[in-house]
Amino acid sequence: MARITAGLTTSHIPAIGYAIDSGKTEEPYWKPLFAGYEWTKAWAAENVPDVVILVYNDHASAFTPEVVPTFALGCAEEFKPADEGYGPRPVPVVRGNADLAAHLAESLILDEFDLTLMYKLDVDHGLTVPLSLVYGQPDEWPVRVIPLAVNVVQYPPPTGHRCFMLGQAIRRAVQSYGEDLVVHVWGTGGMSHQLQGPRAGFINQEFDQAFLDRLVADPEGQARVSHLEYVRQAGSEGIELVMQLIMRGAMGPTAEELYRFYHVPGSNTAVGHIVLRPTGS
Amino acid sequence: MTEYTSEFDDIPGTRVFTAQRAKQGYQLNQFCMSLMKAENRERFKADERAYLDEWPMTEAQKQAVLDRDYNAMLDLGGNIYFLAKIFATDGLSYVQAVSTMTGMSIEDYQAMMERGGRSPEGWRSVKDGT
Repeated sequence: MARITAGLTTSHIPAIGYAIDSGKTEEPYWKPLFAGYEWTKAWAAENVPDVVILVYNDHASAFTPEVVPTFALGCAEEFKPADEGYGPRPVPVVRGNADLAAHLAESLILDEFDLTLMYKLDVDHGLTVPLSLVYGQPDEWPVRVIPLAVNVVQYPPPTGHRCFMLGQAIRRAVQSYGEDLVVHVWGTGGMSHQLQGPRAGFINQEFDQAFLDRLVADPEGQARVSHLEYVRQAGSEGIELVMQLIMRGAMGPTAEELYRFYHVPGSNTAVGHIVLRPTGS
Repeated sequence: MTEYTSEFDDIPGTRVFTAQRAKQGYQLNQFCMSLMKAENRERFKADERAYLDEWPMTEAQKQAVLDRDYNAMLDLGGNIYFLAKIFATDGLSYVQAVSTMTGMSIEDYQAMMERGGRSPEGWRSVKDGT
């Protein structure tokens, strides 16, 4: 039986990818940020799952103004790094697990989550920056990845509660898969940030830390927070935080926080990162 | 306008990209996406006005692009992730482009971010002044 043994959250800022790809991680601006991921890199090297279900959002790379799926599951054998206008990132092609993805699609749709299924999907910094932060610069990624793209660009995005419920359904779906696989679920994006208008540069450290506390200890409560409250307290692009509730739902009722890192700024954004281990059955 | 959409007007200095704005900005955002192709970036840079005239955008949208007035583009239905294709064509980073919407110089904006970002105080609610 497949099982979920860990989860993590991390920001997925494009400038982090640029810093890694251009060898700037030791520069004074970036050094404290990358130092905050050293614990995780060591942990990840000792705890390599078969598959990562990676929740992220596309940034006008694969999805254009023409199509806005709320939840889109990557069902292909592989996913190429997207050309975001500067050429694709020099990172390995992301290999999927199409068998598990097919099972997830069937299980989740029958569980009343009407996903869009993607059999061709180029993945942008939202997906590849977290992989780089956790696994560094290998020739091949050490894990298979099933992308789950969430619309958090055009409002309304899904509610936090819907995201949390989807995470719970993912847990059920993984646990009903016959093959003996170890699965991690990552929720990426955030923390507080706003990239537009006179309020750009907005950061709310108090809200971010409280969000992480509640994500671990009271996810049901956090799942009831409205979009308006996210925009008010975390900025218009801080709405990405709802994606972390998918990860949390997939951990089950209780989870232990193994590690936390928080840093301002990464480009325009507050950087937040936690690692969780489910403690329930 | 629905209550869901109108409630966001209470957030200072913010244009939330709602389904209504997506409709208003569809052609503007499609023009932005066209800049993902190198050949289109070259044609745009060679004659911006002529390239914009190939798109069924409003005159105000075209003028906002020519002026690189990102706040005006947001008002006319643009979204930052699409508009990013314009400033990428100009060779600007997110920090450089985003700072132009705040009335601050790039240096002052960057210094604010390094001090911990824009404080939430006074930026939460128009109505409550918080």
